Amino acid sequence: MSLNLSETLQKTVDSLSKNFSESLIEVYQSSGDTFIRIEADSLLKVTKYLKEELHYVYLSDIFGIDRYTSEERFEVVYNLLSLKSQTRVFIKVRCEEENPELDSVVPVWKSAGWNEREVFDMFGVHFRNHPDLRRIFLPEDFEYYPLRKEFPLLGIPGSIELPSTTPESE
Amino acid sequence: MKLNDIQSRVQPTFFKEHQNRLYKSLEDKHTTIEEMDDGDPLTTKMILNMGPQHPATHGVLRLVLQLDGESIEKTKLDIGYLHRGVEKIAENKTYQEFMPYTDRMDYLSPYSNNVALCTAVEKIANVEVPERAHYIRMIGAELARISSHLLWLGTMVMDAGAISFFIWTFKEREKIYDIMDRIAGHRFTVSHARIGGVANDLTDEATGSIKEFIESFPNELKDYHKLLDRNRIFFERNEAVGVLRTEDALEWGATGPVLRATGYGLDIRKLSPYARYDQVEFDIPTRLEGDNLARYYVRMEEMNESVRIIKQCLNNIPNGPIRADNAKQAYPSKDEVYYSMEGMIHDFMMTDTGICPPEGAESYHAVESPKGELGYYIQSDGTGHPWRLKIKAPSFTNLQVLENILDGEMVADTVVIIGGVDPVLGEADK
Repeated sequence: MSLNLSETLQKTVDSLSKNFSESLIEVYQSSGDTFIRIEADSLLKVTKYLKEELHYVYLSDIFGIDRYTSEERFEVVYNLLSLKSQTRVFIKVRCEEENPELDSVVPVWKSAGWNEREVFDMFGVHFRNHPDLRRIFLPEDFEYYPLRKEFPLLGIPGSIELPSTTPESE
Repeated sequence: MKLNDIQSRVQPTFFKEHQNRLYKSLEDKHTTIEEMDDGDPLTTKMILNMGPQHPATHGVLRLVLQLDGESIEKTKLDIGYLHRGVEKIAENKTYQEFMPYTDRMDYLSPYSNNVALCTAVEKIANVEVPERAHYIRMIGAELARISSHLLWLGTMVMDAGAISFFIWTFKEREKIYDIMDRIAGHRFTVSHARIGGVANDLTDEATGSIKEFIESFPNELKDYHKLLDRNRIFFERNEAVGVLRTEDALEWGATGPVLRATGYGLDIRKLSPYARYDQVEFDIPTRLEGDNLARYYVRMEEMNESVRIIKQCLNNIPNGPIRADNAKQAYPSKDEVYYSMEGMIHDFMMTDTGICPPEGAESYHAVESPKGELGYYIQSDGTGHPWRLKIKAPSFTNLQVLENILDGEMVADTVVIIGGVDPVLGEADK
Protein backbone atom coordinates (compact mmCIF):
# COMPACT_ATOMS: atom_id res chain seq x y z
CA MET A 1 0.00 0.00 0.00
CA SER A 2 1.43 3.34 -0.91
CA LEU A 3 1.80 5.88 1.80
CA ASN A 4 1.09 9.52 1.44
CA LEU A 5 3.16 10.99 4.24
CA SER A 6 3.86 14.59 4.98
CA GLU A 7 7.46 15.68 5.28
CA THR A 8 7.61 15.45 9.07
CA LEU A 9 5.78 12.14 9.18
CA GLN A 10 8.18 10.78 6.59
CA LYS A 11 11.04 11.90 8.79
CA THR A 12 9.44 10.19 11.79
CA VAL A 13 8.97 6.93 9.94
CA ASP A 14 12.47 7.08 8.44
CA SER A 15 14.24 7.69 11.71
CA LEU A 16 12.18 5.02 13.44
CA SER A 17 13.00 2.47 10.78
CA LYS A 18 16.65 3.46 10.93
CA ASN A 19 16.96 3.19 14.70
CA PHE A 20 14.41 0.52 15.49
CA SER A 21 14.29 -1.57 12.34
CA GLU A 22 13.68 -4.76 14.30
CA SER A 23 10.78 -3.53 16.34
CA LEU A 24 8.89 -1.75 13.58
CA ILE A 25 6.16 -4.04 12.27
CA GLU A 26 4.10 -1.94 9.93
CA VAL A 27 3.24 1.60 8.97
CA TYR A 28 -0.13 2.24 7.40
CA GLN A 29 -2.57 5.00 6.78
CA SER A 30 -6.30 5.07 7.09
CA SER A 31 -8.56 8.07 6.44
CA GLY A 32 -5.52 10.32 6.49
CA ASP A 33 -4.19 9.20 9.87
CA THR A 34 -0.86 7.44 10.22
CA PHE A 35 -0.53 4.35 12.37
CA ILE A 36 2.78 2.74 13.30
CA ARG A 37 2.69 -0.71 14.82
CA ILE A 38 5.68 -1.77 16.88
CA GLU A 39 6.78 -4.71 18.99
CA ALA A 40 5.42 -4.53 22.52
CA ASP A 41 8.78 -5.13 24.20
CA SER A 42 10.38 -2.09 22.60
CA LEU A 43 7.52 0.23 23.51
CA LEU A 44 9.39 2.19 26.15
CA LYS A 45 12.47 2.70 23.98
CA VAL A 46 10.49 3.84 20.96
CA THR A 47 8.20 6.20 22.87
CA LYS A 48 11.15 7.72 24.66
CA TYR A 49 12.87 8.28 21.35
CA LEU A 50 9.71 9.77 19.85
CA LYS A 51 9.40 12.19 22.72
CA GLU A 52 12.99 13.21 23.10
CA GLU A 53 14.26 13.20 19.54
CA LEU A 54 11.18 13.71 17.39
CA HIS A 55 9.30 16.23 19.53
CA TYR A 56 6.19 14.16 20.20
CA VAL A 57 5.87 15.95 23.50
CA TYR A 58 2.14 15.83 23.93
CA LEU A 59 0.36 12.58 24.64
CA SER A 60 -3.27 13.09 23.71
CA ASP A 61 -4.69 9.75 24.62
CA ILE A 62 -4.15 6.05 25.18
CA PHE A 63 -6.88 3.57 24.44
CA GLY A 64 -7.40 -0.12 23.98
CA ILE A 65 -9.08 -2.10 21.25
CA ASP A 66 -10.41 -5.62 21.59
CA ARG A 67 -9.66 -7.26 18.26
CA TYR A 68 -11.44 -10.45 19.35
CA THR A 69 -8.91 -12.70 17.63
CA SER A 70 -7.30 -15.78 19.09
CA GLU A 71 -3.82 -14.32 18.81
CA GLU A 72 -2.68 -10.89 19.90
CA ARG A 73 -6.15 -10.03 21.01
CA PHE A 74 -5.68 -6.63 22.59
CA GLU A 75 -4.29 -3.60 20.93
CA VAL A 76 -3.27 -0.44 22.77
CA VAL A 77 -2.99 2.78 20.82
CA TYR A 78 -0.95 5.83 21.79
CA ASN A 79 -2.17 9.05 20.27
CA LEU A 80 0.80 11.41 20.04
CA LEU A 81 0.95 14.99 18.92
CA SER A 82 4.11 16.76 17.91
CA LEU A 83 3.82 20.37 18.95
CA LYS A 84 6.74 21.40 16.81
CA SER A 85 5.46 20.14 13.49
CA GLN A 86 1.81 19.89 14.55
CA THR A 87 1.47 16.34 13.29
CA ARG A 88 -0.33 13.48 14.89
CA VAL A 89 0.86 9.90 14.89
CA PHE A 90 -0.59 6.76 16.39
CA ILE A 91 1.64 4.08 17.89
CA LYS A 92 0.09 0.64 18.25
CA VAL A 93 1.17 -2.35 20.25
CA ARG A 94 -0.54 -5.69 20.63
CA CYS A 95 -0.68 -8.16 23.47
CA GLU A 96 -2.03 -11.63 24.09
CA GLU A 97 -5.30 -12.56 25.72
CA GLU A 98 -3.60 -14.52 28.51
CA ASN A 99 -2.17 -12.08 31.06
CA PRO A 100 -2.03 -9.05 28.80
CA GLU A 101 0.81 -6.91 30.02
CA LEU A 102 2.68 -3.91 28.66
CA ASP A 103 5.27 -1.47 29.89
CA SER A 104 3.84 1.67 31.37
CA VAL A 105 4.80 4.87 29.58
CA VAL A 106 4.35 7.01 32.69
CA PRO A 107 8.14 7.55 32.87
CA VAL A 108 7.89 9.14 29.43
CA TRP A 109 4.64 11.11 29.70
CA LYS A 110 3.14 11.68 33.14
CA SER A 111 -0.28 12.13 31.60
CA ALA A 112 -0.29 8.44 30.70
CA GLY A 113 -1.24 7.60 34.28
CA TRP A 114 -4.99 7.96 34.08
CA ASN A 115 -5.21 6.84 30.48
CA GLU A 116 -3.47 3.57 31.31
CA ARG A 117 -5.75 3.13 34.28
CA GLU A 118 -8.68 3.48 31.91
CA VAL A 119 -7.30 0.83 29.56
CA PHE A 120 -6.76 -1.43 32.56
CA ASP A 121 -10.29 -0.79 33.79
CA MET A 122 -11.94 -1.45 30.47
CA PHE A 123 -9.80 -4.26 29.01
CA GLY A 124 -7.77 -5.68 31.87
CA VAL A 125 -4.43 -4.89 30.26
CA HIS A 126 -1.82 -4.57 33.00
CA PHE A 127 0.91 -1.99 32.85
CA ARG A 128 4.26 -2.86 34.35
CA ASN A 129 5.73 -0.24 36.70
CA HIS A 130 2.62 1.89 36.71
CA PRO A 131 2.74 4.03 39.87
CA ASP A 132 -0.92 3.65 40.76
CA LEU A 133 -2.70 1.02 38.71
CA ARG A 134 -6.24 0.99 39.99
CA ARG A 135 -9.56 0.89 38.20
CA ILE A 136 -10.65 4.38 37.30
CA PHE A 137 -14.39 4.33 36.56
CA LEU A 138 -15.60 1.11 38.09
CA PRO A 139 -15.09 0.14 41.72
CA GLU A 140 -12.25 -2.22 42.61
CA ASP A 141 -14.80 -4.82 43.72
CA PHE A 142 -15.94 -5.31 40.14
CA GLU A 143 -14.42 -8.38 38.53
CA TYR A 144 -15.09 -7.93 34.83
CA TYR A 145 -13.65 -5.80 32.06
CA PRO A 146 -16.64 -4.22 30.35
CA LEU A 147 -15.24 -3.20 26.98
CA ARG A 148 -14.13 -6.72 26.15
CA LYS A 149 -16.42 -8.02 23.46
CA GLU A 150 -17.70 -10.94 25.50
CA PHE A 151 -19.07 -8.66 28.22
CA PRO A 152 -22.83 -8.35 27.67
CA LEU A 153 -24.29 -4.95 26.87
CA LEU A 154 -26.79 -5.24 29.70
CA GLY A 155 -24.11 -6.01 32.26
CA ILE A 156 -23.99 -8.93 34.65
CA PRO A 157 -26.75 -8.84 37.27
CA GLY A 158 -25.48 -9.14 40.82
CA SER A 159 -21.89 -8.54 39.79
CA ILE A 160 -21.59 -5.69 42.22
CA GLU A 161 -22.98 -5.03 45.64
CA LEU A 162 -24.99 -1.84 45.69
CA PRO A 163 -25.03 0.47 48.69
CA SER A 164 -28.02 0.22 50.95
CA THR A 165 -30.73 2.75 50.19
CA THR A 166 -32.11 2.93 53.70
CA PRO A 167 -29.96 4.94 56.09
CA GLU A 168 -28.41 3.30 59.14
CA SER A 169 -29.35 -0.24 58.15
CA GLU A 170 -26.24 -2.09 59.07
CA MET B 1 -2.83 11.19 64.92
CA LYS B 2 -0.37 9.55 62.63
CA LEU B 3 -1.32 9.59 59.03
CA ASN B 4 0.89 6.89 57.66
CA ASP B 5 -1.89 4.50 58.41
CA ILE B 6 -5.01 6.01 56.95
CA GLN B 7 -6.66 2.70 56.28
CA SER B 8 -7.07 1.64 59.88
CA ARG B 9 -9.03 4.81 60.63
CA VAL B 10 -11.66 4.60 57.93
CA GLN B 11 -14.52 2.15 57.84
CA PRO B 12 -16.03 2.11 54.37
CA THR B 13 -19.54 0.68 54.28
CA PHE B 14 -19.76 -0.22 50.61
CA PHE B 15 -17.37 -0.91 47.70
CA LYS B 16 -14.95 -1.83 50.46
CA GLU B 17 -12.08 -2.94 48.31
CA HIS B 18 -12.42 0.12 46.12
CA GLN B 19 -12.31 2.51 49.07
CA ASN B 20 -9.37 0.72 50.65
CA ARG B 21 -7.36 0.88 47.45
CA LEU B 22 -8.18 4.58 47.15
CA TYR B 23 -6.98 5.37 50.66
CA LYS B 24 -3.94 3.17 50.12
CA SER B 25 -3.10 5.10 46.99
CA LEU B 26 -3.45 8.38 48.88
CA GLU B 27 -1.11 6.96 51.49
CA ASP B 28 1.39 6.06 48.81
CA LYS B 29 1.39 9.39 47.01
CA HIS B 30 4.60 11.37 47.62
CA THR B 31 5.82 8.77 50.09
CA THR B 32 9.10 10.63 50.44
CA ILE B 33 7.35 13.54 52.14
CA GLU B 34 5.52 11.12 54.38
CA GLU B 35 8.70 9.53 55.66
CA MET B 36 10.27 12.82 56.64
CA ASP B 37 7.25 13.71 58.66
CA ASP B 38 7.28 11.87 61.99
CA GLY B 39 4.03 12.04 63.80
CA ASP B 40 1.65 14.89 64.27
CA PRO B 41 1.95 16.21 67.83
CA LEU B 42 -0.56 19.03 67.34
CA THR B 43 -3.12 16.74 65.65
CA THR B 44 -3.63 19.14 62.78
CA LYS B 45 -3.80 16.42 60.17
CA MET B 46 -6.96 14.92 58.82
CA ILE B 47 -8.41 13.17 55.82
CA LEU B 48 -11.24 15.06 54.20
CA ASN B 49 -13.64 13.40 51.82
CA MET B 50 -15.24 15.94 49.52
CA GLY B 51 -18.01 14.82 47.25
CA PRO B 52 -19.27 13.01 45.28
CA GLN B 53 -22.44 14.78 46.41
CA HIS B 54 -21.06 18.24 46.96
CA PRO B 55 -22.43 21.30 45.15
CA ALA B 56 -19.01 22.84 44.61
CA THR B 57 -17.55 19.84 42.82
CA HIS B 58 -19.70 20.59 39.75
CA GLY B 59 -21.13 17.16 39.40
CA VAL B 60 -20.12 13.93 41.03
CA LEU B 61 -16.42 14.42 41.58
CA ARG B 62 -14.98 12.95 44.73
CA LEU B 63 -11.79 14.29 46.23
CA VAL B 64 -9.92 12.69 49.08
CA LEU B 65 -7.69 15.31 50.61
CA GLN B 66 -5.02 14.88 53.22
CA LEU B 67 -4.90 18.10 55.14
CA ASP B 68 -2.34 19.59 57.44
CA GLY B 69 -4.31 22.31 59.14
CA GLU B 70 -5.73 24.26 56.25
CA SER B 71 -3.25 23.29 53.58
CA ILE B 72 -3.57 20.28 51.35
CA GLU B 73 -0.70 17.86 51.56
CA LYS B 74 -1.91 15.53 48.87
CA THR B 75 -5.01 14.66 46.92
CA LYS B 76 -6.53 11.74 45.15
CA LEU B 77 -9.51 12.04 42.87
CA ASP B 78 -12.10 9.36 42.56
CA ILE B 79 -14.18 9.54 39.41
CA GLY B 80 -16.59 7.20 37.73
CA TYR B 81 -19.74 8.02 39.67
CA LEU B 82 -21.39 8.99 36.40
CA HIS B 83 -19.97 6.16 34.34
CA ARG B 84 -22.62 4.97 31.90
CA GLY B 85 -20.42 3.02 29.54
CA VAL B 86 -21.20 5.09 26.45
CA GLU B 87 -18.34 3.53 24.51
CA LYS B 88 -19.92 0.11 25.00
CA ILE B 89 -23.30 1.51 24.01
CA ALA B 90 -21.75 3.04 20.89
CA GLU B 91 -20.56 -0.37 19.73
CA ASN B 92 -24.16 -1.51 19.70
CA LYS B 93 -25.75 1.46 17.98
CA THR B 94 -25.58 2.97 14.54
CA TYR B 95 -23.58 6.14 14.27
CA GLN B 96 -26.65 8.33 14.05
CA GLU B 97 -28.36 6.53 16.91
CA PHE B 98 -25.38 7.27 19.10
CA MET B 99 -25.71 11.02 18.60
CA PRO B 100 -28.14 11.70 21.50
CA TYR B 101 -25.67 10.04 23.85
CA THR B 102 -23.03 12.59 22.90
CA ASP B 103 -25.39 15.35 24.05
CA ARG B 104 -25.18 13.84 27.47
CA MET B 105 -21.39 13.64 27.54
CA ASP B 106 -20.52 17.28 27.97
CA TYR B 107 -24.02 18.38 28.79
CA LEU B 108 -23.04 22.03 29.00
CA SER B 109 -22.22 22.26 25.32
CA PRO B 110 -24.16 19.55 23.51
CA TYR B 111 -23.73 21.13 20.11
CA SER B 112 -19.93 20.77 20.12
CA ASN B 113 -20.29 17.09 20.96
CA ASN B 114 -22.69 16.50 18.08
CA VAL B 115 -20.31 18.22 15.69
CA ALA B 116 -17.39 16.18 17.04
CA LEU B 117 -19.15 12.88 16.39
CA CYS B 118 -20.44 13.92 12.97
CA THR B 119 -17.10 15.21 11.73
CA ALA B 120 -15.40 12.02 12.90
CA VAL B 121 -17.92 9.80 11.10
CA GLU B 122 -17.76 11.99 8.00
CA LYS B 123 -13.99 11.66 7.98
CA ILE B 124 -14.00 7.88 8.18
CA ALA B 125 -16.87 7.44 5.71
CA ASN B 126 -15.81 10.17 3.27
CA VAL B 127 -18.98 12.19 3.43
CA GLU B 128 -18.98 15.55 1.74
CA VAL B 129 -20.81 18.13 3.82
CA PRO B 130 -22.50 21.09 2.11
CA GLU B 131 -21.01 24.52 2.70
CA ARG B 132 -24.06 25.94 4.45
CA ALA B 133 -24.13 23.07 6.96
CA HIS B 134 -20.53 23.83 7.94
CA TYR B 135 -21.44 27.39 8.78
CA ILE B 136 -24.55 26.40 10.72
CA ARG B 137 -22.41 23.97 12.72
CA MET B 138 -19.86 26.64 13.46
CA ILE B 139 -22.54 29.01 14.70
CA GLY B 140 -24.00 26.27 16.88
CA ALA B 141 -20.63 25.20 18.25
CA GLU B 142 -19.61 28.76 19.09
CA LEU B 143 -22.94 29.44 20.79
CA ALA B 144 -22.34 26.26 22.78
CA ARG B 145 -18.90 27.57 23.74
CA ILE B 146 -20.39 30.82 25.01
CA SER B 147 -23.06 28.91 26.89
CA SER B 148 -20.52 26.60 28.51
CA HIS B 149 -18.19 29.43 29.46
CA LEU B 150 -21.11 31.39 30.91
CA LEU B 151 -21.96 28.50 33.17
CA TRP B 152 -18.32 28.22 34.19
CA LEU B 153 -18.19 31.97 34.89
CA GLY B 154 -21.33 31.96 36.99
CA THR B 155 -20.42 28.96 39.09
CA MET B 156 -16.80 29.98 39.46
CA VAL B 157 -17.69 33.43 40.72
CA MET B 158 -20.27 31.83 42.96
CA ASP B 159 -17.56 29.53 44.33
CA ALA B 160 -15.55 32.65 45.06
CA GLY B 161 -18.44 34.09 47.03
CA ALA B 162 -20.72 36.16 44.79
CA ILE B 163 -24.12 34.52 44.44
CA SER B 164 -26.01 37.09 42.38
CA PHE B 165 -23.53 36.88 39.53
CA PHE B 166 -24.68 33.35 38.80
CA ILE B 167 -28.15 34.66 38.03
CA TRP B 168 -26.84 37.26 35.61
CA THR B 169 -24.85 34.75 33.57
CA PHE B 170 -27.84 32.45 33.56
CA LYS B 171 -29.93 35.25 32.16
CA GLU B 172 -27.65 35.20 29.11
CA ARG B 173 -27.57 31.40 28.99
CA GLU B 174 -31.33 31.45 28.90
CA LYS B 175 -31.14 33.50 25.70
CA ILE B 176 -28.85 30.87 24.19
CA TYR B 177 -31.31 28.16 25.18
CA ASP B 178 -34.02 30.08 23.38
CA ILE B 179 -31.81 30.38 20.31
CA MET B 180 -31.07 26.64 20.43
CA ASP B 181 -34.80 26.05 20.68
CA ARG B 182 -35.28 28.04 17.51
CA ILE B 183 -32.35 26.43 15.68
CA ALA B 184 -32.91 22.82 16.64
CA GLY B 185 -36.25 22.53 18.36
CA HIS B 186 -34.67 21.63 21.68
CA ARG B 187 -33.35 23.85 24.39
CA PHE B 188 -30.77 21.70 26.05
CA THR B 189 -29.78 18.40 24.44
CA VAL B 190 -30.04 19.63 20.89
CA SER B 191 -28.85 16.71 18.67
CA HIS B 192 -29.01 19.10 15.76
CA ALA B 193 -26.03 18.03 13.64
CA ARG B 194 -26.60 15.04 11.40
CA ILE B 195 -24.05 12.88 9.65
CA GLY B 196 -23.68 14.67 6.33
CA GLY B 197 -25.05 18.01 7.47
CA VAL B 198 -27.53 19.33 9.99
CA ALA B 199 -31.12 18.41 10.80
CA ASN B 200 -32.81 21.57 9.60
CA ASP B 201 -31.95 24.94 8.17
CA LEU B 202 -31.74 28.14 10.15
CA THR B 203 -35.09 29.90 10.09
CA ASP B 204 -35.31 33.68 9.81
CA GLU B 205 -36.52 33.75 13.37
CA ALA B 206 -33.43 31.82 14.52
CA THR B 207 -31.07 34.03 12.52
CA GLY B 208 -32.76 37.10 13.93
CA SER B 209 -32.39 35.93 17.50
CA ILE B 210 -28.72 35.04 16.97
CA LYS B 211 -28.09 38.51 15.54
CA GLU B 212 -29.88 40.11 18.44
CA PHE B 213 -27.83 38.06 20.88
CA ILE B 214 -24.44 38.85 19.39
CA GLU B 215 -25.35 42.53 19.36
CA SER B 216 -26.25 42.63 23.03
CA PHE B 217 -23.85 40.07 24.44
CA PRO B 218 -20.56 42.04 24.15
CA ASN B 219 -22.14 44.70 26.37
CA GLU B 220 -22.97 42.09 28.97
CA LEU B 221 -19.38 40.86 28.80
CA LYS B 222 -18.22 44.42 29.44
CA ASP B 223 -20.45 44.55 32.48
CA TYR B 224 -18.95 41.32 33.78
CA HIS B 225 -15.48 42.75 33.27
CA LYS B 226 -16.52 45.92 35.10
CA LEU B 227 -17.67 43.89 38.05
CA LEU B 228 -14.74 41.49 38.26
CA ASP B 229 -11.63 43.08 36.81
CA ARG B 230 -11.04 45.39 39.74
CA ASN B 231 -12.79 43.33 42.33
CA ARG B 232 -10.39 42.81 45.16
CA ILE B 233 -12.16 39.80 46.63
CA PHE B 234 -12.24 38.09 43.26
CA PHE B 235 -8.58 38.82 42.68
CA GLU B 236 -7.42 37.60 46.03
CA ARG B 237 -9.38 34.40 45.66
CA ASN B 238 -7.97 33.69 42.21
CA GLU B 239 -4.59 35.26 41.76
CA ALA B 240 -1.67 32.82 42.15
CA VAL B 241 -4.09 30.05 43.05
CA GLY B 242 -3.77 26.69 41.34
CA VAL B 243 -0.70 27.68 39.38
CA LEU B 244 0.28 25.43 36.52
CA ARG B 245 3.50 25.92 34.59
CA THR B 246 3.64 25.42 30.83
CA GLU B 247 5.98 22.44 30.96
CA ASP B 248 3.87 20.74 33.59
CA ALA B 249 0.72 21.46 31.62
CA LEU B 250 2.14 19.76 28.53
CA GLU B 251 3.56 16.92 30.57
CA TRP B 252 0.23 16.32 32.31
CA GLY B 253 -1.63 16.64 29.04
CA ALA B 254 -3.72 19.69 29.98
CA THR B 255 -5.99 20.84 27.20
CA GLY B 256 -8.24 23.71 26.28
CA PRO B 257 -8.33 26.93 28.30
CA VAL B 258 -6.36 25.28 31.12
CA LEU B 259 -3.42 24.80 28.75
CA ARG B 260 -3.85 28.15 27.03
CA ALA B 261 -3.80 29.94 30.39
CA THR B 262 -0.28 28.61 30.93
CA GLY B 263 0.95 30.27 27.77
CA TYR B 264 0.75 27.55 25.15
CA GLY B 265 -1.76 28.39 22.43
CA LEU B 266 -2.86 24.95 21.34
CA ASP B 267 -6.24 25.07 19.68
CA ILE B 268 -7.59 22.35 17.38
CA ARG B 269 -9.46 24.99 15.37
CA LYS B 270 -6.06 26.32 14.26
CA LEU B 271 -4.06 23.09 14.49
CA SER B 272 -6.21 21.12 12.07
CA PRO B 273 -9.15 23.29 11.05
CA TYR B 274 -12.43 21.47 10.64
CA ALA B 275 -15.72 22.85 9.31
CA ARG B 276 -14.74 26.28 7.93
CA TYR B 277 -12.59 27.58 10.74
CA ASP B 278 -9.83 28.24 8.23
CA GLN B 279 -12.05 30.84 6.56
CA VAL B 280 -12.89 32.95 9.56
CA GLU B 281 -10.59 35.22 11.45
CA PHE B 282 -10.10 34.72 15.13
CA ASP B 283 -7.33 34.74 17.70
CA ILE B 284 -6.38 32.23 20.34
CA PRO B 285 -6.27 34.05 23.66
CA THR B 286 -3.41 32.97 25.90
CA ARG B 287 -2.01 34.08 29.23
CA LEU B 288 1.30 33.40 30.83
CA GLU B 289 0.50 33.15 34.53
CA GLY B 290 -1.18 29.74 34.56
CA ASP B 291 -3.23 30.55 37.65
CA ASN B 292 -6.96 30.70 38.09
CA LEU B 293 -7.12 34.35 37.14
CA ALA B 294 -5.38 33.56 33.84
CA ARG B 295 -8.03 30.94 33.13
CA TYR B 296 -10.67 33.57 33.80
CA TYR B 297 -9.14 36.00 31.30
CA VAL B 298 -8.64 33.30 28.67
CA ARG B 299 -12.25 32.17 28.83
CA MET B 300 -13.60 35.72 28.85
CA GLU B 301 -11.60 36.52 25.74
CA GLU B 302 -12.68 33.29 24.12
CA MET B 303 -16.29 34.37 24.46
CA ASN B 304 -15.40 37.56 22.61
CA GLU B 305 -13.70 35.54 19.88
CA SER B 306 -16.76 33.32 19.61
CA VAL B 307 -18.93 36.37 19.03
CA ARG B 308 -16.47 37.43 16.34
CA ILE B 309 -16.67 34.03 14.65
CA ILE B 310 -20.48 33.99 14.74
CA LYS B 311 -20.59 37.46 13.18
CA GLN B 312 -18.36 36.37 10.32
CA CYS B 313 -20.35 33.16 9.86
CA LEU B 314 -23.60 35.09 9.61
CA ASN B 315 -22.04 37.39 7.02
CA ASN B 316 -20.47 34.64 4.93
CA ILE B 317 -23.06 31.91 5.18
CA PRO B 318 -23.93 30.76 1.66
CA ASN B 319 -27.31 29.54 0.51
CA GLY B 320 -27.74 25.96 -0.53
CA PRO B 321 -28.51 22.50 0.77
CA ILE B 322 -27.92 21.65 4.41
CA ARG B 323 -27.36 17.92 4.10
CA ALA B 324 -25.46 15.67 1.71
CA ASP B 325 -27.72 14.54 -1.09
CA ASN B 326 -26.68 10.91 -1.08
CA ALA B 327 -29.05 8.30 0.23
CA LYS B 328 -26.20 6.03 1.32
CA GLN B 329 -24.60 8.68 3.46
CA ALA B 330 -27.21 10.92 4.98
CA TYR B 331 -30.86 11.00 5.88
CA PRO B 332 -33.16 12.28 3.12
CA SER B 333 -35.14 15.41 3.89
CA LYS B 334 -38.51 14.98 5.51
CA ASP B 335 -40.25 16.21 2.33
CA GLU B 336 -38.81 13.28 0.44
CA VAL B 337 -39.71 10.85 3.20
CA TYR B 338 -43.34 11.91 3.29
CA TYR B 339 -43.94 12.27 -0.44
CA SER B 340 -41.79 9.70 -2.21
CA MET B 341 -41.40 5.97 -1.93
CA GLU B 342 -37.60 6.07 -2.40
CA GLY B 343 -37.28 8.70 0.27
CA MET B 344 -39.12 6.53 2.72
CA ILE B 345 -37.02 3.47 1.88
CA HIS B 346 -33.83 5.47 2.26
CA ASP B 347 -34.98 6.87 5.56
CA PHE B 348 -35.74 3.36 6.77
CA MET B 349 -32.37 2.08 5.58
CA MET B 350 -30.52 4.91 7.28
CA THR B 351 -32.30 4.18 10.54
CA ASP B 352 -31.95 0.42 10.27
CA THR B 353 -28.42 0.02 8.92
CA GLY B 354 -27.05 3.53 8.88
CA ILE B 355 -23.91 4.66 7.25
CA CYS B 356 -21.27 1.97 6.71
CA PRO B 357 -17.64 3.13 6.59
CA PRO B 358 -15.22 0.86 4.70
CA GLU B 359 -14.15 -2.29 6.51
CA GLY B 360 -11.01 -1.93 8.59
CA ALA B 361 -10.96 1.85 8.30
CA GLU B 362 -9.75 3.78 11.31
CA SER B 363 -9.73 7.47 11.93
CA TYR B 364 -9.34 10.02 14.65
CA HIS B 365 -10.89 13.41 14.45
CA ALA B 366 -10.79 16.07 17.11
CA VAL B 367 -12.64 19.32 17.55
CA GLU B 368 -12.05 22.13 20.00
CA SER B 369 -14.89 21.81 22.46
CA PRO B 370 -15.25 24.51 25.15
CA LYS B 371 -13.24 22.28 27.50
CA GLY B 372 -10.46 21.41 25.07
CA GLU B 373 -9.60 18.74 22.55
CA LEU B 374 -12.60 16.47 22.10
CA GLY B 375 -11.65 13.61 19.81
CA TYR B 376 -13.41 10.58 18.44
CA TYR B 377 -11.44 7.55 17.34
CA ILE B 378 -13.53 5.20 15.25
CA GLN B 379 -12.61 1.78 13.97
CA SER B 380 -15.06 0.29 11.54
CA ASP B 381 -15.72 -3.34 10.72
CA GLY B 382 -17.73 -2.47 7.63
CA THR B 383 -21.15 -2.62 9.31
CA GLY B 384 -23.32 0.22 10.51
CA HIS B 385 -21.98 -0.10 14.05
CA PRO B 386 -18.49 0.98 15.03
CA TRP B 387 -16.17 -1.83 16.10
CA ARG B 388 -14.55 0.52 18.55
CA LEU B 389 -15.41 4.09 19.33
CA LYS B 390 -13.15 5.90 21.74
CA ILE B 391 -13.89 9.33 23.07
CA LYS B 392 -10.97 11.47 24.09
CA ALA B 393 -12.66 13.64 26.67
CA PRO B 394 -10.96 16.92 27.58
CA SER B 395 -12.39 16.97 31.11
CA PHE B 396 -10.79 13.61 31.83
CA THR B 397 -7.29 14.86 31.09
CA ASN B 398 -7.92 18.14 32.87
CA LEU B 399 -9.05 16.29 35.98
CA GLN B 400 -5.72 14.49 36.03
CA VAL B 401 -4.09 17.90 36.00
CA LEU B 402 -6.36 18.95 38.85
CA GLU B 403 -5.20 16.01 40.97
CA ASN B 404 -1.70 17.42 40.79
CA ILE B 405 -2.23 21.15 41.09
CA LEU B 406 -4.25 20.79 44.28
CA ASP B 407 -1.24 19.55 46.25
CA GLY B 408 0.11 22.36 48.36
CA GLU B 409 -2.91 24.64 48.01
CA MET B 410 -5.27 25.75 50.76
CA VAL B 411 -8.38 23.72 51.37
CA ALA B 412 -10.56 26.81 50.96
CA ASP B 413 -9.21 27.19 47.43
CA THR B 414 -10.16 23.72 46.25
CA VAL B 415 -13.61 24.80 45.13
CA VAL B 416 -12.18 27.78 43.26
CA ILE B 417 -9.57 25.63 41.54
CA ILE B 418 -12.15 23.03 40.55
CA GLY B 419 -14.21 25.89 39.21
CA GLY B 420 -11.24 27.20 37.27
CA VAL B 421 -10.41 23.87 35.69
CA ASP B 422 -14.08 23.51 34.76
CA PRO B 423 -14.51 19.76 34.47
CA VAL B 424 -17.76 18.19 33.38
CA LEU B 425 -18.15 14.80 34.91
CA GLY B 426 -20.57 13.52 32.31
CA GLU B 427 -17.72 13.70 29.87
CA ALA B 428 -14.90 12.61 32.15
CA ASP B 429 -16.78 9.53 33.35
CA LYS B 430 -18.06 8.54 29.91
